[in-house]
Formats: sequence, structure tokens, C-alpha cells
Amino acid sequence: MRGAAYAICLSGVVEREALRWLNQRGRFVSALVRPLVWLAIFAAGFHFVLGVSIIPPYETYIPYEVYIAPGLVAMILLFNGMQSSLSMVYDREMGSMKTLLISPFPRWFLLVAKLLAGVFVSMVQAYIFLAIAWFWDITPPWAGYLAALPALLLSGLMLGALGLVLSSFIRQLENFAGVMNFVIFPMFFTSSALYPLWRVREASLPVYWLSEINPFTHATELIRFALYEKFAPLSALVVAGYLVLFVILAVWGYDPGRGLMARRAGGE
Amino acid sequence: MVSGLSHAFGKRRVLDGVSLTVRPGSFTVLLGLNGAGKTTLFALITRLYHAREGRIAVFGHDIKHEPAPALARMGVVFQQPTLDLDLTVEQNLRYHAALHGMPRRLARARLLEELTRIGLEGRRRDKVRQLSGGQRRRVELARALLHHPSLLLLDEPTVGLDLASRHFLLEHVRSLCRAQGIGVLWATHLIDEVGEDADIIVLHQGRVVASGRPSALLERTGAPDLRRAFALLTGMENAENREEG
Repeated sequence: MRGAAYAICLSGVVEREALRWLNQRGRFVSALVRPLVWLAIFAAGFHFVLGVSIIPPYETYIPYEVYIAPGLVAMILLFNGMQSSLSMVYDREMGSMKTLLISPFPRWFLLVAKLLAGVFVSMVQAYIFLAIAWFWDITPPWAGYLAALPALLLSGLMLGALGLVLSSFIRQLENFAGVMNFVIFPMFFTSSALYPLWRVREASLPVYWLSEINPFTHATELIRFALYEKFAPLSALVVAGYLVLFVILAVWGYDPGRGLMARRAGGE
Repeated sequence: MVSGLSHAFGKRRVLDGVSLTVRPGSFTVLLGLNGAGKTTLFALITRLYHAREGRIAVFGHDIKHEPAPALARMGVVFQQPTLDLDLTVEQNLRYHAALHGMPRRLARARLLEELTRIGLEGRRRDKVRQLSGGQRRRVELARALLHHPSLLLLDEPTVGLDLASRHFLLEHVRSLCRAQGIGVLWATHLIDEVGEDADIIVLHQGRVVASGRPSALLERTGAPDLRRAFALLTGMENAENREEG
């Protein structure tokens, strides 16, 4: 297969993901409403409870809403990453996944294409959220929006790859509620999305260390710093490392010689 | 094409030493009851996963070592529906064309051609959700043919369809065999889908228990018709008698 054919395949996969997203109004709206609810209700409630001192990348005291906005952006990526990967598992018994995998392109390429398609949709959503958040006085510098682009891409890929890994290894993931309880919520709450980690350390050291190794923490920090035109090298490294690890595991899980497809069919 | 194929899920042996060949231009019916191993066989041929033992070759290309040229010449209609209900017919087909690396202009020409052939060109901007079950199946067939495969695999394609749709699908695929020389592997448990001109492969509990032309099967079993021959081969003759009695 030549390069042009690869490009056609990739754009086809991205186009389908975008069309599906536009057509599923429910998914579209709920993906946007979820972080807005957190911003409008949760953040408003905690506005006076949690004071955030001056910590990088911020250069002044900031309201709580401003603090949690990057975490909510990362939350969009997390939810979408899980949803687009796991939808392959329970969407009509993997029908759409079969369609994808019988394409003559190499399987690793198909999985990466699928991943990129999901991330593309997530990033559009993240920017829509940021646009709305602007009216809540969450106003990073203009260049920050641009600087956030690679951070969103890297974080989105990492979280999407995690979803792929889960979809290939965990057989009992029959519904999204299980993923919410055992993956999304624990990752979200043991991260720096809702509260700065120095506060967590004061409260509980084990939780602090869990948060430090949590990839979601570093995705959040990478986005937070980028939004304020700063670079978080450690977070970038950790996110990239997890991305490589998850991609390797996903390709392994979807290998025709082992992993998901055979075991899943055996359970049918 | 398939030789010495065995596969097991855990301890349960699903396919046991299966060998079969689909000749170019032949309409080959894979006949078996539910649970005979038809769907597993299809999954192995389409490389959804590898078999534990045995070899699968498509036009000389081993599916394990040269999957790309093998898959490029294969068209598949799976048992479960695999169209995106919220996308239009055209969008579904365009997606498939992209998965085969087909340039946009070529894809457009091909999809019009295939949709015209199944009589649905007027519905191409409709969402799949608005189509009937029979029409959806026809679209899946058109999709499987979009990249002009030389081998067409269909896994129980008529399940849940009314008589007219079944008839249309069957005739359409038969005519493809005759006119374009496409080799077809048609899995079913419905004996009346076997025509006079078909090659039959009877799969029972993971083994090929008989194969050949309908006339050869009748001769071998001494049965008066195919239904009885199939019942004899799969050890169902008692059930069959009870049903009739």
C-alpha cells in the first residue's frame, strides 16, 4: 500500500467518527454538559471553601473555577477516550470493529487511525468547552489556546490508548457504568484536576503518591501549563511514556494471535 | 483454500481439522446447524484472530503472513449487522471505500454502480436507520462488493429477512458468481438456499462431514432429498422423523 492510500484510510476513519459524533445528539450534548455542570455547580459551591494559593503556572490568586477548568478539559478527553474505545466493544457486538479490522491495512495502523479520529473529536469538544468557559471568566491568554493544542493531542492520544487497552483486555466490560466506577472516577479524583496536589499531600500521603503516578494528573497539568503558555516537561514526559506503553499494550491485545478478538468470540 | 484448520476456545474445540476450497466462480454453501463452527471459521478466514492449527490461503496468500493482499481481495457480509445506523447509506459506503484506500472519485463511481445494481441508488442520502432489514442487508452486500473482491464471504446473510428479500439476495449473489466469476462462500442452516449448481460443505460439530455437489450428497447418503441427507449427516434424522410424525 502506498502513502496516499494510508492518508485516504485515515481521513475516512476520522470523517466517520466526526459524522457519528455530529449525528448522535445525545452524546454531543452530554459530553458538553458534563464539564459545564461541574464548572457551574461544583466549582460555584466550592468557590468559598477551597482557597487556592499562588502555584505555577498561575501568577496571581485565582478563583476555584479557573483552577478546575483544565481538569475539566482533561475530563472531556478522558470520557471520550473511554467512550470511543469502549463503544467498539459493546456497539452491536463489535460489528463496527470487525468492519475496521478486515481492512487490508496493517492492524496497528487501523488502531492508531481509530485513536486519532477519537482524539480529533475530543479536541473539537475541548475547544467548544473552553469557548463557553470564557464567559465564566476563564480567560487564558490567546496564545495559550494555541499552545494547548499539542498538549490536548498528546493527552487525548494517551487516554484514548488507555481505553483501547481496557477494551482489549477486560472481558466483562459490558456497560459504561462499570468503567465510570472503576476507571474514570478513581482517575479523576486521585488527580490534580479538582485540588492541587500539595493539599492532597497534607491530607494523605498514599493518595498523594497515587495521584503522582496517575497519568490523568499529568495530562491535566500538561494542559494547565500549556493554557498559560508554559511547558511542564515532567508531565509531558510522563504522558508520552504512558502513551507508548498503552499503544504497545493495545496493539498486543488486538493481535490476531491472542488477546481480545479470540477470547471475546469464545465467550459468545 | 483452508486446510487442516483447528481452533479451540479454552478446552472447547470449535473446529477440528477443517479443510475446504472455494473455486473461483463457484457458489459454495457452508451448511451447518447453529453452533457448528461457521462463524468461527469466518472469523479465522477474515483474520479477526488466528487459528491454533492449520493454514488459510486466499489466492495463494497466507492470511497469517500476507494478510494485506488476502484481505484486499475479500468481501465480507457478517452475520450481525455492521452498518452505522445514524449515517447515510452513502457515508457508510464511503467509509468502507476509505478502509480499502480507494480515492474519492473512484469510490463515488463504484458506490453508485453497486447501489444501482441493488436498486437503492435513490436512497443513498437516507440514513440506514430508515431502511428496512432487507434493504440494509442489500447495502451490506453492496459494501462488500465495493472494492471488487474475487472472494465473497457471507455468514447467514438471510437471517431475519422476509421471503422476497431472501430471494433477491440469493439471486443477486448467484448472478455475481456466474457473471463475474466471484467465488462465494455462503454460510447457512437453511437447506432451501442450496441450488442445483452449488458446491456443498456440511459442517457439523466443527468437522466437515461431507462435501460435493447436491447429487453426490444424495448418492452418498441414499436420501431422497437434501433435507433428509443433511439430517442423516448431522445425526438429526430422528428429530426429523419426530417432526414429521
